[in-house]
Amino acid sequence: MNFDLSEEQQLLKDSVTRLLADRYGFEDRKAFQKSPEGWSRDLWRQYAEVGLLGVAFAEADGGYGGGPVETMLILEAFGKALVLEPYLATVVLAGGVLRRGGSEEQRAAIVPQIAAGEITLAFAHTERQSGFDLFDVGATARKDGAAFVLNGEKGLVLNGDSADRLIVSARSAGARRDRGGIGLFLVDAKAEGVARRGYPTQDGMRAAEITLTDVRVEPQNAIGEPEGALALIERVVDEAIAATSAEAVGAMSEALEMTVDYLKTRKQFGVPIGSFQALQHRASDMVVALEQARSMMMLATMMSAEENAGERRKAISAAKVQIGRSARFIGQQSIQLHGGIGMTMEYKLGHLFKRLTMIDIAFGDADYHLERLSQGEGLIG
Amino acid sequence: MDLRFTDDELAFREEVRAFVKANLPASIRQKIYAGRHPGKEDMVSWTRLLNKKGWSVPHWPVEWGGTGWSPVRLLIFNDELQQASAPEPLAFGTSMVGPVIYTFGSDEQKKRFLPRIANLDDWWCQGFSEPGAGSDLAGLKTTAKRDGVDWVINGQKTWTTLGQYADWIFVLARTDASVKKQEGISFILVDMKSPGVTVRPIQTLDGGHEVNEVFFDNVRAPLENLVGQENKGWNYAKFLLGNERTGIARVGISKARLKRIRELASLQVYGAKPKIEDPLFRLRLAAVEVELKALEMTQLRVIAGERNREKGKPDPVSSVLKIKGSEIQQATSELLMDVVGPYALPYESEREDGDRWNEPPVGPEWAATIAPAYFNTRKVSIYGGSNEIQRGIIAKAILGL
Repeated sequence: MNFDLSEEQQLLKDSVTRLLADRYGFEDRKAFQKSPEGWSRDLWRQYAEVGLLGVAFAEADGGYGGGPVETMLILEAFGKALVLEPYLATVVLAGGVLRRGGSEEQRAAIVPQIAAGEITLAFAHTERQSGFDLFDVGATARKDGAAFVLNGEKGLVLNGDSADRLIVSARSAGARRDRGGIGLFLVDAKAEGVARRGYPTQDGMRAAEITLTDVRVEPQNAIGEPEGALALIERVVDEAIAATSAEAVGAMSEALEMTVDYLKTRKQFGVPIGSFQALQHRASDMVVALEQARSMMMLATMMSAEENAGERRKAISAAKVQIGRSARFIGQQSIQLHGGIGMTMEYKLGHLFKRLTMIDIAFGDADYHLERLSQGEGLIG
Repeated sequence: MDLRFTDDELAFREEVRAFVKANLPASIRQKIYAGRHPGKEDMVSWTRLLNKKGWSVPHWPVEWGGTGWSPVRLLIFNDELQQASAPEPLAFGTSMVGPVIYTFGSDEQKKRFLPRIANLDDWWCQGFSEPGAGSDLAGLKTTAKRDGVDWVINGQKTWTTLGQYADWIFVLARTDASVKKQEGISFILVDMKSPGVTVRPIQTLDGGHEVNEVFFDNVRAPLENLVGQENKGWNYAKFLLGNERTGIARVGISKARLKRIRELASLQVYGAKPKIEDPLFRLRLAAVEVELKALEMTQLRVIAGERNREKGKPDPVSSVLKIKGSEIQQATSELLMDVVGPYALPYESEREDGDRWNEPPVGPEWAATIAPAYFNTRKVSIYGGSNEIQRGIIAKAILGL
């Protein structure tokens, strides 16, 4: 048992932190947000240069052979800076599908392009009606000879508006809410029959609603079994939950730091407001919430690599509950402790709060995961 | 970063588990599992069993009977004992006065007291709190004055846990009233059989007799019973309370409680279905389990960080453990109330040794301890530095407010 980082991991952490400190001030972020894609191509190239885009992939595929701890370190730093670039969409979600389920040819064709920062991807899975149920897929994949023809609508596709490639889930068998019959397909975002409507999200990022009309997919672009991809989807979403847990912990620690600074500098009644016990105790409760969240981020990171799906899901759900609860508490308290300034669009704090709120909703909110946990035989044992 | 236990650590856990299974008398285990207090005899016999194995004070320096185990092994050891419903060590000796003596005491004090603490030959109690000095402990009024070869002690201590069995008490007493209140306090060891010591029981909400008032009326203790330096007692007290807080998460105890909750909730007691089939109850249970899992990880982080810290200096994050650990203990005591339902009502007075009287129980056999345990567990967010004091520590020591 140890919580130490290896030398390489420490170097990675230092280089991300340094890069973001230099290039990702809150005013920089505002400028990136105004660009048409809603994020910075220039920073994306920098990430590639520092090695962030390839670290999660195997060396044989053109990556750098990192694991969940590397992803955790990157996302925690991203969370502090409120990074907009499509890392979660490209590397964690779509990249995760390729890493875990792609054929050797598919990985050889795409991973080096991801690692070099040449293309971005998006994971087009959620639909209007599916809520948090990963098996609820209405889009269809009709067999046409050896090829597939996709039809349906995908929603809330993170960075789907700017992605070069999409990984689309569609049903080649079964009814809409069956666990079996779901396939995953690699689709060029500009392919015939793909219509995208991009829009900004509450937390300053970008997403798209995507309509698929008779989109033809050649057999070599089906990923894994066309009727049995749910386990792969669940696994990749578990990894994404671990990754967003780290992003949330980064955002929470930044919110707490900003709040404590404010308590020390803001004066009312002639004294720093941090001298008031009511406010001190609130800030202390934020520390408790953050430490509990950080612990569960580490558990999620470790367990995201667990092969036993039952054990993995249990730990991931538990982490998601804790992260969601802590994120809500810290987000709300940090605004309260800032008073009016916390309510303004120009100040970073409110944006941390908004991102934290949306991380809770992503991939199942705290109540959803608590309910799922409650159906099992218990977490402790 | 590797959060799994190593094979060695897992083997160690098995070794501890097997030892407890083979040696802990079933009668004691059942009593504690059922939420009753172990009697003095139970605690003494179990401590001596452990001491024979060399395990009664595993966290102490090796020369005084410790094991030299890593912090992770110590954690595994405590966790296993707590989960197995073994009696907890008498913390006043093993975690409080023992470490103060081996860290700050004289060679004579070490030789005289430490082996007897390890074997529970001496039962120690704590003379800190006073009627007017609770959270503001440094405001204590009990005095110790030099008189020839003795200290003469006058005053009153309170909340003295299990003082009714005690052979010795460690007392914080004011030895200089002319300086800042923290700077005039000394740490003195007093024989409870000394003339002038009076112990009076305080009955707590649950009906139990755990705590006492202890009165000192011109009680004499030899000068050599001062620990460390005169007027430095506040430093030793802070050291001692810091030790108290790392153990206070009591993760293993809460794990055992959750196991009992699931077991009892699976019984068909009222209505058409066992409580465990109530979805709302299951949600509340799962929510506590999440908190406990997170706490367990936080505790591991604190323990893993110990080797990077100055020796003997408590980590302020231990205040996080105290707050969360106590909240979870209280939450599990509430879940048990939900399980027992209406038959929480009958009151059965308990004998001092934790055994029940001979009358047959009213209601389910396991029901009688649950409401008292709920009432009693309110104490955990008060003692050891109340949770509000802990929040103050976090605000100052971690946040710099």
